Amino acid sequence: MLYPDTVEAEVLVHKPWFVATMFGVVLLVFMAFNLSGTGFAELMRPVIGEPSTSGLYGRFAIGFAIAVIFTLNVVLIGFAPLKLQIGIVWLELLLLFIAFFETFHLSLPFIREKLPFLISQGVVTTLYVSAISIVIASVVAVAGAVAKLSSNGFAYAIASFYTSFFRGLPLLMQVYLIYLGLPQLGFVINAVPAGILALSLCYGAYMTEIFRSGIQSIDRGQWEASRSMGFGFALTMRRIILPQALPVIIPPTGNQFISMLKDSSLVSVIGVWELMFLARTLGQKTFQHMEMLISAAMIYWMLSICLELIQSRIERHYARSKVR
Amino acid sequence: MSAQAIIEARAVSKWYGQFHALKDINLTVHKGERIVICGPSGSGKSTLIRCFNRLEAHQEGEIVVNGVALHGRMSNVAAVRSNVGMVFQHFNLFPHMTVLMNCMAGPMWVKGVSATEARRTALQFLERVRIPEQANKFPVQLSGGQQQRVAIARSLCMKPDVMLFDEPTSALDPEMVSEVLETMTGLARDGMTMVCVTHEMGFARAVADRVLFMDAGQIVEEGTPDAFFGNPRHDRTKLFLSQILKH
Ligand SMILES: Nc1ncnc2c1ncn2[C@@H]1O[C@H](COP(=O)(O)OP(=O)(O)O)[C@@H](O)[C@H]1O
Ligand SMILES: [Mg+2]
Repeated sequence: MLYPDTVEAEVLVHKPWFVATMFGVVLLVFMAFNLSGTGFAELMRPVIGEPSTSGLYGRFAIGFAIAVIFTLNVVLIGFAPLKLQIGIVWLELLLLFIAFFETFHLSLPFIREKLPFLISQGVVTTLYVSAISIVIASVVAVAGAVAKLSSNGFAYAIASFYTSFFRGLPLLMQVYLIYLGLPQLGFVINAVPAGILALSLCYGAYMTEIFRSGIQSIDRGQWEASRSMGFGFALTMRRIILPQALPVIIPPTGNQFISMLKDSSLVSVIGVWELMFLARTLGQKTFQHMEMLISAAMIYWMLSICLELIQSRIERHYARSKVR
Repeated sequence: MSAQAIIEARAVSKWYGQFHALKDINLTVHKGERIVICGPSGSGKSTLIRCFNRLEAHQEGEIVVNGVALHGRMSNVAAVRSNVGMVFQHFNLFPHMTVLMNCMAGPMWVKGVSATEARRTALQFLERVRIPEQANKFPVQLSGGQQQRVAIARSLCMKPDVMLFDEPTSALDPEMVSEVLETMTGLARDGMTMVCVTHEMGFARAVADRVLFMDAGQIVEEGTPDAFFGNPRHDRTKLFLSQILKH
């Protein structure tokens, strides 16, 4: 939460100038579009007559109606308590999206037919590739962060070379490098392990920096208190420093997890049958690309929402020691 | 055995880069002795006592704590540190742990004491610093004076042979200073060996066996409280005391 000033202020969406501006902008925007061919114009037929010949008056009437609905909606939501506001706005935005997808005229039976395979093969692969990569990336990140903060020249050099290299190359290139490059050295590697390796190393590099800044954000006094009691380096790190760094580390790490979930689609280029791969291939035969792509998009989104929920839970857990 | 030395520093010198922070320090702390170190800011007081548990490394001379020499690559530094308690100016409690856990962590993780045993010890020492009722709170929920008393209890739980205090009251509001000083006076009365960096002259008079005055990395003057306050020999000491006692 931002700092809540105790001075009472009128809700923004109830200020006359704001309501008027909003109304005006919506009116102008919707007048600029020609909506005479849409279903909304059909609804307006009693007022504007035949939509296609209604001209400027028709445009104005349609824009005016939309502006009234929009403004009324926003002003009314402004009266609701915070939680309800959030819920209603989410729901409305979701409905708009569904309305947008409606315009594709998707074939629901086709989706229903393919969905089980999309989930049992695609989602499962995506999930286990990301989950394993996330675990390895976290371990790499802790080691990398410690190395980058150490006074050992070798450790620092290796860690900084690693982060520089893997943050500097496009992930797609890394996937190819590992899948096609390692066999040159005599390590023949399957597509799935190659994908996991590429994802782990790439995200490990980003997370190294996140962990390093988290560890650095902890006051020196914590190290001193801990070491002065006889705790060793590893114990101090595990029990004193990392638990305190976690609240700093978790939000950007949550970002990384969500981004990794979707970047795991890059391993489809080496033929791993994960969600993205199937979404592109399943609809090919019957030219029903949109069905599969949109289903996959929704699945990615739902998985991301799960990660967001887990993240907010963990954040709440670590907020305990901060309350006065 | 009353004259057994717990800390012995001989001809200790320390540099921070080019800066000579400690110059030829000689000091012996015997078992049961209470030593107060004072001196102007930047004179090296913190540096000196932080050398006694090797939070800082010295470059020349010898420091022996409990019979263990503190120099070079030490493999047993944890053993020395667990016998030397340290209380910091800014408390440095572990904010993610409850007060009780702050006190239990050391015995459990360093000495391998069982949780039940550690809890008993912790409650006993929290009782001693008179805040057993705060055991399940987190440090941020306590006042500064309470936090510093928890820090003292946390150190005591390790059953140290000597306690080092680095300006334990100088970050506290005036009305909280006395509760911490009372706790420290109680410790002194029970025979704890203590080295305190502090400017609380009332405390020094009441409990110190010896008062040391440091300036520019050197121990300039040393004596019993009566001699030190009543009859300071060096000009720098006189100047310092006049500044400190003016108010
Ligand atoms: N880590 C450090 N690096 C460089 N100089 C330091 C460091 N710590 C302390 N010093 C310097 O050493 C001198 C003594 O510091 P300190 O022991 O903290 O003094 P005091 O506790 O008496 O105020 C000061 O001049 C300070 O600037
Ligand atoms: Mg100091």
